[in-house]
Amino acid sequence: MYLTPEQQAILDGAKGETMSKVMKTLVMYGETFGADKMVPVTSEYNHLVTSFGLKMMGPVFDLMQKLIDAGAVSGQKFSVDPRPVDKNVPANFLQKLIFNKFMYSKQDDYEQQLNQLGLMDADAFSCACYLDQMGNKPKKGDVLSWAESSAVVYANSVLGARCNRNSGIMDIMGSIAGCVPHFGLLTDEGRKASWIIKVECKRRPEAQLLGSAIGMKVMEDVPFITGMEKWLGTELNDENRAYLKDFGAATASNGAVGLYHIENLTPEAKELGKTLVKADAQVYVIDDAELERVQKNYPVMWKNPDATPKLCFVGCPHMSMEQLKSWTVRVEEGLKASGNKKVLIPTVFTTAPAVKKAFEQTEYAKRLAATGVILSYICPLMYMNNPLCGKMNVITSSNKLRTYTTARYYTEEQILAKITKGGN
Amino acid sequence: MKQFKGRVVAPGAVTAPALVSHGGLNTLASFQKALQFGDKKATCGDQNNPDLYGQEMLGKALCLPQTIGSTTGGLVLYCACAMERQPACMLFSKPIDSLAAAGSILASVWLEGIQMPVIDSLGDEFLAAVKTGDQIQVKDDGTVIIL
Repeated sequence: MYLTPEQQAILDGAKGETMSKVMKTLVMYGETFGADKMVPVTSEYNHLVTSFGLKMMGPVFDLMQKLIDAGAVSGQKFSVDPRPVDKNVPANFLQKLIFNKFMYSKQDDYEQQLNQLGLMDADAFSCACYLDQMGNKPKKGDVLSWAESSAVVYANSVLGARCNRNSGIMDIMGSIAGCVPHFGLLTDEGRKASWIIKVECKRRPEAQLLGSAIGMKVMEDVPFITGMEKWLGTELNDENRAYLKDFGAATASNGAVGLYHIENLTPEAKELGKTLVKADAQVYVIDDAELERVQKNYPVMWKNPDATPKLCFVGCPHMSMEQLKSWTVRVEEGLKASGNKKVLIPTVFTTAPAVKKAFEQTEYAKRLAATGVILSYICPLMYMNNPLCGKMNVITSSNKLRTYTTARYYTEEQILAKITKGGN
Repeated sequence: MKQFKGRVVAPGAVTAPALVSHGGLNTLASFQKALQFGDKKATCGDQNNPDLYGQEMLGKALCLPQTIGSTTGGLVLYCACAMERQPACMLFSKPIDSLAAAGSILASVWLEGIQMPVIDSLGDEFLAAVKTGDQIQVKDDGTVIIL
């Protein structure tokens, strides 16, 4: 792997032992994947996956402190994934005790470290950092050192930036060194599709279900998706960007997709068309029956599958402004149709702090509050990552949350019916 | 006795009993409970992985296709190594994924005295041949022997 004289000098210790280790980490990472050189990180901001002061992460906090002590801080400011705790989200006494005194007891200390390392601001906590209100939206062609699978797949696919599926900690290494190894999704060849996905649904496919089906089929490969024009059109707008956000998160969590192309819609597919598809690409046809089959095969992790849901999460990844508004209307209409005044299951919508603030300035905020839905900046995944939630019957429209926790997945229409009309 | 040859990602030699996952290993889901709640044997907590759920991972030759899931995967593996709850080695049938690679590299660069040999690209036939409980020998040059 070629290193510039400056990169080689850092590796050899010219900027101290810690910077040498940072460069060594990146060089070994690149060499594992056949990188030919380092390329500069060109985005204005970075994004880190590690937002939680989880007690088990002591070794990570120690490493972060080593970086701070050596002055090896991020060359870019960065956003980070959502905070794990919000007192507005329903939790019983025991859960609160475990969250605050045991699991996330290091949260304040860790946030201090993040500030020292280069956190953008006190509100920079969201998995959807690319939403307009959050201010971390890379440009087409930008090279990133991001982690957070749902953000990486969105940045690559919808924004046309270039980023590998980096792990936590590796994300900040690239930002400190100012360069990342050139391999995989950073290369033209690595962005070519080895799958053609033919969507032949008669109904608009549910974003999180379609993403799940594709992710489980192609795993880490790049899919080129056809047949979506009648559902998503040919121009990106607020509505289809939100669809692609949820779709991508499902491809990345149910599989390991870091980039997808949608014919005539996503930037590289519009520009390069089917020249993006490799000659030996495999084909996967998806119709309504296939999506039904996929949903039916999800394991139910509840002890009693017929139990009444105790909590509902919508917003993993975080909801956009457009989604908050449209869901407000849909919940209102659902309640009106069923003759109920408030949602029948405690329900939490999650969104980025800056989106929450902007939403609270609109007339929709009072209307949503009137339905009984709680609005939070929390990470539902971190909320559920504890043994107590294993026994809690949580429902969600997020296929990512389903994958990592015991939450049970339902389509958006099914979720709406459950929270507004009731029933198991 | 069957012998396979893979690529050395992290060097080392070790002999250990096999623990086999035929599906991808979700690193966060597998290790989180053990690391969080002081389980020194690193019992796998991933209910979605029937091969590994409830099995002790500490000191085992972990045989798997790739790791999957959250991009916290690398740092979780790094934490497992720092807390000395890592497998004896990781043996991948496919080319290693970026998250497992990150965990292995971070451990080798930033932790003193931690050894966890990692071999990848052993082939689908390796995963078809190896069974949980088999004794596995890993050599420095990437040779993996099912004894």
